[in-house]
Amino acid sequence: MREKARGEADQPFRILPRITPENEHFWTGGAEDELRFKRCRSCGYYIHPPAPRCPTCLSKELEVAAVSGRATVLTYTVNHQPWIPGFPTPYVVAIVEIEEQPGLRLMTNLVNCPIDAVRIGMPVRVRFEARDGVYLPLFEPVTG
Amino acid sequence: MEILERRACITGIGQSDIGRRLHRDPLDLTLDACLAAIEDAGLRRDDIDGLATYPGNLTMPAGFSGAGVTEVQDALRLRLDWYDGGPEQPGQLGSVINACMAVACGLATHVLCFRSVFEGSAQGSRGRRGIGVDGGGGGGGFRASGFMQWSLPFGAASAANWIAMFAQRHFHEYGTTREQLAQIALNDRKNAARNPNAIYREPLTLEDYFAARMISEPFCLYDCDVPCDGATAVIVSRREAARDLRRTPIGVEAVGSAIHGRPSWDQWEELSTMALRDAGAMLWKRTDLKPADVDVAELYDGFSFIALAWLEALGFCGKGESGPFVAGGQRIALDGELPLNTQGGQLSGGRLHGYGFLHEACVQLFGEGGPRQVEGPPQVAVAAAGGGPLGGCLLLTRG
Repeated sequence: MREKARGEADQPFRILPRITPENEHFWTGGAEDELRFKRCRSCGYYIHPPAPRCPTCLSKELEVAAVSGRATVLTYTVNHQPWIPGFPTPYVVAIVEIEEQPGLRLMTNLVNCPIDAVRIGMPVRVRFEARDGVYLPLFEPVTG
Repeated sequence: MEILERRACITGIGQSDIGRRLHRDPLDLTLDACLAAIEDAGLRRDDIDGLATYPGNLTMPAGFSGAGVTEVQDALRLRLDWYDGGPEQPGQLGSVINACMAVACGLATHVLCFRSVFEGSAQGSRGRRGIGVDGGGGGGGFRASGFMQWSLPFGAASAANWIAMFAQRHFHEYGTTREQLAQIALNDRKNAARNPNAIYREPLTLEDYFAARMISEPFCLYDCDVPCDGATAVIVSRREAARDLRRTPIGVEAVGSAIHGRPSWDQWEELSTMALRDAGAMLWKRTDLKPADVDVAELYDGFSFIALAWLEALGFCGKGESGPFVAGGQRIALDGELPLNTQGGQLSGGRLHGYGFLHEACVQLFGEGGPRQVEGPPQVAVAAAGGGPLGGCLLLTRG
């Protein structure tokens, strides 16, 4: 098993993404506490998963842009099956829609929220979990 | 526009032994099914000039593919004019749709189509695991790429998670309930009791369903299909070449292969539907028949909710109305107005992965269902397979 870094003792085992030049902005933006997407310079469309052209206007003029990190829960499931050894159950998997653009979505985990309080339509915000240089965007309820 | 698939027909079907864990060479099972189908059609193997399969030869996930085109061609020493195997198709039955087009276009005359699984044996006593988890993901340096990078880091390691989120959205938008969802599992089990080849045949009650452990809400154990070992084969022939064969062939009236939304488990725009929405709509644009003409429906239920989605996609009920449509179970029972998954589906019949539904549609149209035969005999059947970004369907007619 992988050795756990200091401060990770209470964190579940996670399978991490393979970082490439195409996805690096997304998986490492959390180092500066930013949720980042490729964005079209011509029409402003956020592109996820990353692609070399804007799927709307087909422009190749893309940039990396940070969003607010605010999102809404579109759907979720409480998972009970231990698919991955070392990943304690139950946990909440959700699809959230990022505030800046309809259809800009991520699969994620909802954290810092009692499982029975999870609702579709719930406002959430990003909170990064760091692992081996990867910053996983998790989401928690917006409170207050 | 000519509806080209009508130049094709189904002339024979075959299945291997089916079991939870047979511990047999999967190629052996595959060849059993293939040779049974060839014999059923009244053909000789030298007559087979086309070969089609889903998903082709893959080593992962474990047991997902018992054989590819290459193994079967070589094992039977087939002389092929056309062949096709791969995962990027309109669901598992996309391979059959391709075969219909191949015979319609004259690329082949008799195409052997097959699907082979050995997930039961491959998973062994460890039970069902997540996709990619066996690929070194339990430790060490495994990293996820492609679509799995957006899913695996969050523990969403199975289609159970992905499809559960479609179901949850459907529950949210339309008020669908677990009791309604349960009807797919209960109906499957009732039909499986009449199918000697089904995996689970003992009675299942609504109380049993609600007492089962949860897998990924709203799915409990009985909403998830049962991994098994087995192979299924069908022969797709060109109409003119089928006249003198053993059977009166089954007609292919129309197919559906469309996907108009984003091809993804999490980016699909309309979360209460799936790609099968487009495949179902396309099918009815290619025929004058209507949903009310269908006598028996064999609809993919790798997870129970997918069958609800297919009921809506194929217009058997309105959008969002599949829950009330199946409520109580009478309508979809063997003697109901739309008998559904008459072999026990994949939930009780076993996860033969799509081809089991086509096989059963043919069994019913041939009138050979024995204790589970729908009365009539049925004249029109629909077979549909796939969920999430995969979906393909065929409308079939007797004689």
